[in-house]
Amino acid sequence: MTMPGMHGSDMRTPDMRTPLGRVRGYGAAKSGTGHFIAQRLTALANIPLTIAAVLIVISLIGHNHAAVVQILGSSPVAIIMLLFILSATYHMKIGMQVIIEDYVHDDAAKYALLIFNIFFAAVVGFSSIYALLKLSFGV
Amino acid sequence: MAEAKGPAARPLSPHLRIYRLTLTMLMSIVHRITGIALYVGTLLLAWWLLAAASGPNAYATFQAVASSFIGRVVLFGYTWALVHHMLGGIRHLIWDSGHGLGLAEAEWLARANLVGSIALTILLWFVGGFLMGGLR
Repeated sequence: MTMPGMHGSDMRTPDMRTPLGRVRGYGAAKSGTGHFIAQRLTALANIPLTIAAVLIVISLIGHNHAAVVQILGSSPVAIIMLLFILSATYHMKIGMQVIIEDYVHDDAAKYALLIFNIFFAAVVGFSSIYALLKLSFGV
Repeated sequence: MAEAKGPAARPLSPHLRIYRLTLTMLMSIVHRITGIALYVGTLLLAWWLLAAASGPNAYATFQAVASSFIGRVVLFGYTWALVHHMLGGIRHLIWDSGHGLGLAEAEWLARANLVGSIALTILLWFVGGFLMGGLR
């Protein structure tokens, strides 16, 4: 409580935390190696998968819908595209996470964007996987 | 000691104002920017797949947009972003293995990244556009 004649921030409501309690959470994160490895692993997988996916897309230019359905629904093409979606969406999720953590420091905006990132990657990934499965098995 | 809530106004070490802009610096931020562009563009990939899975009408709509002028500009840009980001990723993997970290080597890799991405994009569009009849 403030008394007349007392100045300085430590004369307002006293912080009841211990010194250890005040510093907990600061300093090095001590985690993130898994993400580092996963980013390199998905990057490595993305090289052949992206090349294959691009070649598949180019080969489907100008084809009619029936031909596209047949090719995308065929086993080798569908498997490659599914692996590509998995690897690419996880790679982009953890990549964007780093970008958000680098530039956004306001807590409310940061947490909202981090959550949106996870949801975005999940929705894009799941929708693409759903479409590929429908092309393979659906009517 | 320090108060709990709110970011304290601390002095920031100067960066962009004091360092000469080098090619490797530029390539680094372009790697991040192309990553962001690819992230947003996966919406197009999902749209294409969902349109194919939905039926001929939905697919025809996608084809109409994709073959429009704006659609082609976007796809061309997306192709370049993809190739550039991939070559940049290979650069990073080379660095992760411990190679190419010298000044001259890093400069060479940065140049190869840029030249390679432009050349490969043009090559892919040549193949897709003319040989596959995509630009007809």
